Amino acid sequence: MHSILLYILPWDFSPTVFFVCAAAGIAYARGLRAMRARGAAAGFWQPFSFFLGLALDYGVLQTYYDYLSQHMFWVHRLQHLVLHHLAPVLLVLAAPGAVMAEGVPAAWRERARELSRARLCASLLRWAQLLFRVVQNPLVAPLLFVGLIFFWLTPSVHFGAMLDVHRYLAMNWGMAVDGLLFWWLMLAPRRAQGRAAVGYPTRILIVCLMALPQILLGAYIALHTTVLFDVYGVCGRAWNLSPLTDQELGGLLTWIPAAMMSGVAMLVILRRLLIEEGEKSPAPTRFQPAIDRGV
Amino acid sequence: MIRTVRSVARRGAFALAAISFLLASCGTSEPPFALQSVSGLLPRLQFKLTDADNRPVTADDYRGKVVLLYFGYTNCPDACPTTLTTLAAALRKLGPSASQMRVLFVTVDPERDTASVLKRYVGFFGPQFVGLRGDDSALTALTKRYRVAYHREPPDHNGYYAVDHSSAIFIFDASGRARLLAREGDGAQVIAQDLRHLATT
Repeated sequence: MHSILLYILPWDFSPTVFFVCAAAGIAYARGLRAMRARGAAAGFWQPFSFFLGLALDYGVLQTYYDYLSQHMFWVHRLQHLVLHHLAPVLLVLAAPGAVMAEGVPAAWRERARELSRARLCASLLRWAQLLFRVVQNPLVAPLLFVGLIFFWLTPSVHFGAMLDVHRYLAMNWGMAVDGLLFWWLMLAPRRAQGRAAVGYPTRILIVCLMALPQILLGAYIALHTTVLFDVYGVCGRAWNLSPLTDQELGGLLTWIPAAMMSGVAMLVILRRLLIEEGEKSPAPTRFQPAIDRGV
Repeated sequence: MIRTVRSVARRGAFALAAISFLLASCGTSEPPFALQSVSGLLPRLQFKLTDADNRPVTADDYRGKVVLLYFGYTNCPDACPTTLTTLAAALRKLGPSASQMRVLFVTVDPERDTASVLKRYVGFFGPQFVGLRGDDSALTALTKRYRVAYHREPPDHNGYYAVDHSSAIFIFDASGRARLLAREGDGAQVIAQDLRHLATT
């Protein structure tokens, strides 16, 4: 019993992670119920994708897994693959915004609307919007995405992040938030993006280009013959594994699955492009095989 | 169209400048120490353990001393004796000012390292060496605080088991602030020089 709890309970409890995940999950679940009640179909895949993404984020941050990520390089790389690539893609594909908004009690929504009209809040919101537009600039967003990976994998920076609790938290939060921002910009339908919208061909170009530096960095780490990140040896590994094997696995995780996400993203973008093209052009007359006409 | 491109480019350039400034300001200036500086990275020295005479001790008992904190166990075949020998050599180089230093050897194997075993073991290395042990929760609290991992390997047919542990030596100044980190390969000369520097500043 005790050992099961050890694996499930947070290694370092973070109230922020706990409350953000709980609030998102509860709002979404309430929204789903409200939609079902008025007969609007929510389907299976979008809720599934949402809860899987949320559970993955929570799992890598607030269970024993977090301890393992602090003491094994490749586990840490897998943690970032989830936070920066996998979970945000699942969350963005679920398009949970409308459902979550419906899950917020009407009185709270009204209250929030009033608050957003107050002067201080209004000016804060304007600043937030400005910041949002800057980081969602099609030039800045991919540079920020790749830049964050390179920044935290700079050996001296990585050393500090693994020793200092605050830097460690900032690193993981940064990855999770940037992942959401970036993949939303790449994968959300154009009409959902409003002013931030980026054309589909531009997006395909971006996801192709950003795979390259990730491949190079991953290959550099995987093929390096000396230990780049000695903090795991200095502080002790979670279990007995040779430092170079650990580094190789970590490099491969930075290299292959991360680059594969670009491929997945490209397919999603192509699908969006085709759907929207189809909506724009008049419906083609359908070819009917002779056999259907009963000839 | 051209205006949009220009505005995109301008905003992009501004954001890039802001980001690179932020990144640049994260770099710290070079400290006058040869060992890795950990100022501001790790919390102050704090623990509740018992010493080799079974007396309860806390970090406050070592205020005023430069403290070197190291995790290990007495059955350790290689890393611990090597590291402790290096530290003993470094302290010898310091001469009389070595009395201002304490090496806290915290066992990660309190089951085999009883108080008496610990006392005899640290006695080999010198009067500044202190053996400390604690129950699971005290040890977990301390290892968590300094982001250190240890774990017991499965026992062999003689019942002997190894315990994997960290190799870092955490160095605290007389007021208990974490200042330096010595790695396995750092020699006695370098450590002595930095300890002297730490004791005088």
